[in-house]
Amino acid sequence: MAVKVVIPTPLRQFAGKQDSIEISAGTVAEALSGLTNQYSELRRHLFTDEGKLRSFVNVYLNDEDIRYLENDQTPLKDNDVISIVPSIAGGRPAPSFCR
Amino acid sequence: MATTTTATATGPGQLSKEEILRYSRHLIMPEVGMDGQQKLKQAKVLTIGAGGLGSPLALYLAAAGVGRLGMVDFDVVDFTNLQRQIIHGTDDVGRLKLDSAKDTIRDINPNVEVVGYGERLTSANALEIFKDYDVIADGTDNFPTRYLVNDACVLLGKPNAYGSIFRFEGQISVFDASRGPCYRCLYPEPPPPGLVPSCAEGGVLGVLPGIVGCFQALETIKLILGNGSPLIGRLLLFDALQMKFRELKLRKNPECPICGTNPTIKELIDYEEFCGIRGEEAVSQIAVPELTATEVKKMMDEKKPFVLIDVREPHEYQICKIPGSKLIPLGEVARRMHELNSADEIVVHCRSGQRSAEAVEFLMKAGFGKIHNLKGGVLAWSDEVDPTMPKY
Ligand SMILES: [Zn+2]
Repeated sequence: MAVKVVIPTPLRQFAGKQDSIEISAGTVAEALSGLTNQYSELRRHLFTDEGKLRSFVNVYLNDEDIRYLENDQTPLKDNDVISIVPSIAGGRPAPSFCR
Repeated sequence: MATTTTATATGPGQLSKEEILRYSRHLIMPEVGMDGQQKLKQAKVLTIGAGGLGSPLALYLAAAGVGRLGMVDFDVVDFTNLQRQIIHGTDDVGRLKLDSAKDTIRDINPNVEVVGYGERLTSANALEIFKDYDVIADGTDNFPTRYLVNDACVLLGKPNAYGSIFRFEGQISVFDASRGPCYRCLYPEPPPPGLVPSCAEGGVLGVLPGIVGCFQALETIKLILGNGSPLIGRLLLFDALQMKFRELKLRKNPECPICGTNPTIKELIDYEEFCGIRGEEAVSQIAVPELTATEVKKMMDEKKPFVLIDVREPHEYQICKIPGSKLIPLGEVARRMHELNSADEIVVHCRSGQRSAEAVEFLMKAGFGKIHNLKGGVLAWSDEVDPTMPKY
């Protein structure tokens, strides 16, 4: 299935500065692994070392959170839109990260 | 702890002749009308932060006639705020944001009672401050305060008109655990500090908090009026560059640690610790060999041979640069390491010394032995060597 993955602003630097990426995949898991194979730096921002989706990153299929579908096994249809939505904070980095 | 500015009052909810004239464009629309305007006058809204989001929030809530406006902020206005924090002006630089915001609000609408809390919001004071308000509008820019505000709102059963921004992207929602999900249902945990985008990735388009803060003001007013469809259970994403809005469904997570069926958080916790800030503070102080700006200048004057590497981003290099420096952005250091010779004396710098410390640490591990960090970066260069160098 040809689907679009929408990349949020903070992660665009790890995805060739693109705001969305077209990918061919049958499930959400396939789409995300296709994406991180293409852009390996994205992996540690999306997944823990154990391969679990990080708790400050949500993945949506169209307008629904995949946690309330079939998680990463959710099947895809042509023209589906997957959105990666991390938590964001402020115009400046977290306190004490940058002085 | 609270300071109060009171203006004319004519009994609870009653509008004076002046107020009827002032709010006439509200009064003649049926969705607000006299009933709605009186609700606004009796409403108490607390804004967290008098910065980028807090500015438009407070300005519009005050103009709309919200009766009491609480503001939590302990910060002082500085020059870098003025690009987006429009409740403050150039003459306010150096003043407390609370004082500056109070003056602006008094000018816009003297009928509004402004209550300032000039202290850091903590687990010790949050419930006490929040309890007298009907709506909380969170305009904070850091994770510990955001989780604190969320948890305090859930524990007290108050709605939170929420907005957050990053560069040119905004997220807006209304979290009201009595009717829908809370922030923890959306994000159970904050990102570890190390994965927060670096200094080079920060920044925000000044208009963006204006737009997002206005959405928060709008949602706050709708909550007070009890009119329309609030953004409860919905997350609005706004990409200002593409001018695109997207709406996502938010669901209440039955396993949410604070608003789920078996909550494990029953009181406020230590949010700095929860967000890993304390441990990170130590980690961020990477111990690498350092030189001061003055020492580097002396090396230049004495014509000592060394290579000066600037690890900032190209757009920062355009703002100011130290003469003779070579630009290799931090993200490219690993890939372009071969451009450097480990036999050379190397000095690395950035804006403040943080990113360059990371680069020095990385290069030392890669076998570069004659390498130093320029302590304090271009900020120190401006202070110690060249006062004409702009700071940012
Ligand atoms: Zn919740």
